[in-house]
Amino acid sequence: MLMSEIFYIKALQDALFEEMDRNENVFMMGEDIGTYGGCFGVTRGLLDKFGKKRIIDTPMSESSMVGWGIGSSLLGLRPIIEIMFMDFITLCMDQIINQASKMRYIYGGAVKTPIVIRAPAGAGRRYGASHSQSLEALFMNIPGVKIVAPSNPYDVKGLMKSSIRDNNIVLFIEGKLLYWNKGEVPKEEYTIPFGKANIIRNGDDVTIVSYSRMINECLKAAETLEKKGIDCEILDLRTLYPLDFETVIKSLKKTGKLVIVEEGCKTGGVGSEISAIISEKAFEYLSSPILRIAGLDIPIPYSPVLEDVTIPDAKIIENTIYKKLLRTQVKL
Amino acid sequence: MVNINELIEYYKKMLLIRKFESKILSLFDENKIFGTTHVYIGEEAVAVGACSAITRDDYITSTHRGHGHFIAKGGDVKLIMAELFGKEAGYSKGRGGTQHMSDLTIGHLGSNGITSGGIPIATGAGLAIKYKGLERVVLCFFGDGACNEGYFHESLNFASVMELPVIFICENNLYAMSTPVSSVFPTKDISCRSKSYNVPCEVVDGNDVLEVKKAVEKAASKAKKGKGPTFIECKTYRHFGHSRNDPKIYRSKEEEKFWLQKDPITRFKKYLISNGGVTKTKLGEVENDVKIEIENAIKFADECPFPDPNNVEKYVFCES
Repeated sequence: MLMSEIFYIKALQDALFEEMDRNENVFMMGEDIGTYGGCFGVTRGLLDKFGKKRIIDTPMSESSMVGWGIGSSLLGLRPIIEIMFMDFITLCMDQIINQASKMRYIYGGAVKTPIVIRAPAGAGRRYGASHSQSLEALFMNIPGVKIVAPSNPYDVKGLMKSSIRDNNIVLFIEGKLLYWNKGEVPKEEYTIPFGKANIIRNGDDVTIVSYSRMINECLKAAETLEKKGIDCEILDLRTLYPLDFETVIKSLKKTGKLVIVEEGCKTGGVGSEISAIISEKAFEYLSSPILRIAGLDIPIPYSPVLEDVTIPDAKIIENTIYKKLLRTQVKL
Repeated sequence: MVNINELIEYYKKMLLIRKFESKILSLFDENKIFGTTHVYIGEEAVAVGACSAITRDDYITSTHRGHGHFIAKGGDVKLIMAELFGKEAGYSKGRGGTQHMSDLTIGHLGSNGITSGGIPIATGAGLAIKYKGLERVVLCFFGDGACNEGYFHESLNFASVMELPVIFICENNLYAMSTPVSSVFPTKDISCRSKSYNVPCEVVDGNDVLEVKKAVEKAASKAKKGKGPTFIECKTYRHFGHSRNDPKIYRSKEEEKFWLQKDPITRFKKYLISNGGVTKTKLGEVENDVKIEIENAIKFADECPFPDPNNVEKYVFCES
């Protein structure tokens, strides 16, 4: 397969260009996505190619924007909505929770709402509490929403293509700090199905489950832990709904130990749900308690020294796993 | 010029809405219908006047008080009734209920349990019409209460900037649940708000079916020519409370009496007899047809089966 090494942001742009080329009903709405090219530059070049009809710079009206997307989708369009920072999605909650996610069900299967909401998420850029959050766990409590959170260029392209072709509302979480990471991407067309976790590192001692930017921190931690004699298996969930717990259980049968790493707050987080699922479905395979490594339960602080201790990093992951494994007296 | 048969059809539609809703109020007592409902009785001229001004291919979005809009747009009362009965044959297969029904085949994009929730959806439908270059229009129904929600302002603004074919129809029935418009709007008319978004507005007697129709016709013709949205404020009144158990302690008997004298159906019936030369016998036939249609709907809804509880999780996602 012919591959090229490109940035995450480029892989994402390629997916948007290709899908808009492929289907004239696909269009984009958002704030400053036209001439400006989007706050993070993701939509740069789209206006020149597709024009103002298909790249719509909206007023600053996030609440209604999702509703405009719903209305257009009922008439057969496939909107992609850019929410500048994931934090701002809180303004759209009624249209997502009470309308888009329920519409098919409450209208008895008579309608479909193919909508992609793109949301750059995550901390690490010293933006403070209202521009740094990872709010994906909130949406796991909302039936009807698919949640996608790619960690690398290959996945971001393949999953964006699948998201645009999906006939449901898809929340597409982009890692702000991932945009300028490079990775191998095939030149030819491909898509990635939802609900299939990716085993990105094989190991026998402990299963680490994560997604989006935290995958890179887990990989770094795994390298150090390997030197200390701990062999980590890392699963990249890719999508939080549907959630591939079968792959988690399969890995757990081998390692007996489960660590879940996420950037969002720990309480009621993604790890809480996975932990509960595994306790219900695979308790007998656990040789030690499930470990959750997550953001602190506080607003994201501004000062670098404070922000750095709020969000997990490779060092925190490594130390926590190492100490935990020692505490449970696992043979190293 | 509207021909006499069309006028009789408006009368029939208004009467169908009224009798349908009068009936469902009593069906609660028989335990055939559950939960709550918001009846449209007293406001029938708005839905019938507005929907008579558009075609089957045009669209509407509706509200929590939505049976009237649905019937006016051509909804099948059998299927609406079956939905209220919670049956599988209902418009939403028993999953939606009174506030959650749609029928895309007749351009009904959905009733809505969230006040103002349909306003951005209607606006998005307008966007799609323009995008696809269709000669169609969306009627967006909502009440006075919705005009104090953010969606109203955001969507009027966007529809105006984008010149979308949306007609915003405010059914000003003077109360947002129990709250009188005078205490939550600083102006006599709500319509003046649309001026700040450069959306032309008109205030009409919402209890006059022909006046509503005329205003919507004008706005629809303009919208279909690509000349953007219009705001129409229909002054009207609900004869009943906000929802089923509303004791109406917030409004006076004098006020209710005043509005009952302006009842849209009684007025239109008088008009048909005195100005249209329609005989009482003819109207009696219409009334009988309505009665039979509702009886059939109840029979249908009563006899058809409930959904299978084993399928309760069906329709959350589109699987294709």
